[in-house]
Amino acid sequence: MTRYHRLFHALRAVSIACAIALGPPAMAQQGELKLALSAAPTSLDPHFYNISPNLNLAEHIFESLVKMNPDVQPVPGLAKSWKMVDKLTWEFELRPDVRFHDGSLLTTEDVLWSLQRPATIVGSPGNFAVYTKAIVSARAVGTHTIQLTTGQPYPLLLSDLAAIAILSKRATNGLASEDFSNGKGLVGTGPYKFERFVRDDRVELARFDAYWGPRPAWSKVTLRFIPNNAARLAALLAGDVQALDNVPPADLARLRTQPNLTLASKVSYRLIFLYLDAARDRSPYVTDKAGKPLAANPLKDRRVREAISHAIDRQAISDKIMDGLGQPTGNLVPSKLFGYDPALPVPAYNPALSKRLLAQAGYPDGFGITLHTPNNRYVNDDKVAQAIAQMLGRVSIAARVESMPMSVYSARGSKGDFSFGLLGWGAQTGEASSPLRALAACPDAATGFGPFNWLNYCNPRVDALLKQALTTGDDRQRSTLLQQATALVTQDAALVPIHLQVATWAMKKGIHYVPRTDERTHAHEFTAD
Amino acid sequence: MLAFLVRRLVLSAFMIVTLSLIVFVALYAIGDPVALLAPPDATQLERARIAAEMGLDQPLPAQYLRFLHNLFRGDLGRSFVYGIPALQLILERLPATLELALSAMLLALAIGIPLGMYAGLHANRWPDRVISLVAVLGNSLPTFWVGLMLIMVLSVWLGWLPASGRGATRALFGVPFSFVTLDGLRHLALPAANLALFNVALVIRLVRATTREVLPLDYIRFARAKGLRERRVVGVHALKNIMNPVLTVIGLQFGSLVAFAIVTESVFSWPGMGKLIIDSIRILDRPVVVAYLMFILALFIVINLLIEIAYSILDPRIRMRSTVP
Repeated sequence: MTRYHRLFHALRAVSIACAIALGPPAMAQQGELKLALSAAPTSLDPHFYNISPNLNLAEHIFESLVKMNPDVQPVPGLAKSWKMVDKLTWEFELRPDVRFHDGSLLTTEDVLWSLQRPATIVGSPGNFAVYTKAIVSARAVGTHTIQLTTGQPYPLLLSDLAAIAILSKRATNGLASEDFSNGKGLVGTGPYKFERFVRDDRVELARFDAYWGPRPAWSKVTLRFIPNNAARLAALLAGDVQALDNVPPADLARLRTQPNLTLASKVSYRLIFLYLDAARDRSPYVTDKAGKPLAANPLKDRRVREAISHAIDRQAISDKIMDGLGQPTGNLVPSKLFGYDPALPVPAYNPALSKRLLAQAGYPDGFGITLHTPNNRYVNDDKVAQAIAQMLGRVSIAARVESMPMSVYSARGSKGDFSFGLLGWGAQTGEASSPLRALAACPDAATGFGPFNWLNYCNPRVDALLKQALTTGDDRQRSTLLQQATALVTQDAALVPIHLQVATWAMKKGIHYVPRTDERTHAHEFTAD
Repeated sequence: MLAFLVRRLVLSAFMIVTLSLIVFVALYAIGDPVALLAPPDATQLERARIAAEMGLDQPLPAQYLRFLHNLFRGDLGRSFVYGIPALQLILERLPATLELALSAMLLALAIGIPLGMYAGLHANRWPDRVISLVAVLGNSLPTFWVGLMLIMVLSVWLGWLPASGRGATRALFGVPFSFVTLDGLRHLALPAANLALFNVALVIRLVRATTREVLPLDYIRFARAKGLRERRVVGVHALKNIMNPVLTVIGLQFGSLVAFAIVTESVFSWPGMGKLIIDSIRILDRPVVVAYLMFILALFIVINLLIEIAYSILDPRIRMRSTVP
């Protein structure tokens, strides 16, 4: 399989180079937009399975009370405004005259229905009840106003609500999730109406003329799902589609020189980081340089962890491995998100300092370690790990890379099998609380903290700050608390940020897209000259 | 005949159960589906709920027994990812893959038989050399590379045919097919040609060899002696005997075409079954993987059976026996 892949990539590079040199012949007809997306939705029920391809499609047909702008900040959606009645109660004012695709008016009843429905979905591999469970009561007060009450002060309610599609109660009452794949229940308020679905191939949409918001540029939209990088690019070059997402990094440089294509990119909320075993006395993959297990775990010493962080030339990784598709960072989230701390610099590349720190910690000659990484999950994941291992070699840490498919990696990683690993995290809620809660908080099933804190890093002060932030309504205060927690975690260097991925789109000249930090591709946000 | 069929069925059932056990154990050993499936935001409790709902919290033997129990009721399980029955998922893709494989097969026969016979009739002269060279190339060029070349030349440079996807379909007996519309045919052309390539080469070589074997035989000479026209001798008398081995090989190849159309499907983004199985393995969607492999196995069994039946019709000397002499 690997030989096949290597050959494949080599031949692919050659053929695409030739293809680009000669250029595409045809333009698609006006008024219709065809997009090639790299991931296909698995279900058309917007409450069935919480993964981005499903949400991406749903956001064409359905809308939520609160939406996320391209910087992942909550903005009014079907609710035109909101306010806090008291510490626990939020009041949302619905837009009047919002129509569903079947012509009926949006009512508070539809909203209440849509908020209670996620908890009733069965057989979901990951449902949306995590976003509605904070709400202990929901009721309508007046024809266009609803009040939501949470059990405790809960500032994440807005970003949670952004994930809940508002469905028509009349159209979806009594429907099972699988009924949606026949087009049933797909009655939303969004800019596009559902027309046709061929599983894993395409979705066809038509403009909804009674849409309350800005009129999209395209009367018809086809979303094609083409996971194969070469095939997706070929579809664009052949004129089958006018735009695509996830430009293959290897082809980026050549595409940039193409006069009839435009590229768009934006820093994503997906952080690539390293995690280190700072907790255990002995760690399975830390050895002396001859490969014998060490009696003590050097990673417990903060100076060793810092030394590793300073041994990594993040800019070189971004330039040489990622083709510019990685933004070096010392933070957990991009700059527009809550909890970003401008005072936290990108850790300096300083091998001399690394060596000094290692000597101080009692490892002047370094040690041996294995860096574990997935090889099919993040952009160039195993190549980034290889580069890091080489950089560690320069400060006399003999690092070996072991890469594996994500299916194997996640199962082993979550059992604490590794000492040192690479992982990615998307801050879906638009706040640093998302990575902090999942990656850095002490694991605790009761609070849901630390499900991805695989090596049990635990700092009670981080937990205390995080808990306080999660119940602080004031945005400035919450941001400060999250900054403090982020600073503690990154200074501890149990979690070493490398870069934020950069999301990319390519399209025909004359078509424009405002790129999004949440990596979403919305047909209605494409415009034409 | 009946005893033969019964024996076959029992053996097949045994094979299917064995295969399911192997796949079950293998996938169980690889990893934890919940770790892959659960959205990142899911908490530990949510993960536990998912595992329980899918029966993944049970020990492996219990999971397998439950699977067998459901199997006997005709239930192959529900896809973890899609939330619909695994078999339905496979059957949804089946028409696309079957259509592709059938078109490829027909192309292979339509091109391969005449060329092979021509080469066989004019053995060792220059047309034979050219045809044989083409056959060798077709056999040795990697499918995906030829696919990309087809896309590059015919779609990207010349713009004649679409590069990817399945075109407009129309329902035929309730099943959507694309060869009934012009747009569908345009989309079908390149992937079918790509998938046919290997088999064109195979058929050419096979037919050429068989033609050369058949020509010197007595009944051909007798037919010629009777004064029959050459076209009839070759087109009827020789062809009948050539078809026999071709049919066998093609039948077996058809199974592989369906099962391994994956490369072509992936290069041309053809929404068939091959793509499904790869995605399902990647995300450890065990019900789909198991159902798919069992389906393919059943397909091979049925094809083999049909070949044997067709055999006995084409060549009356072959009779189906319940015991091998």
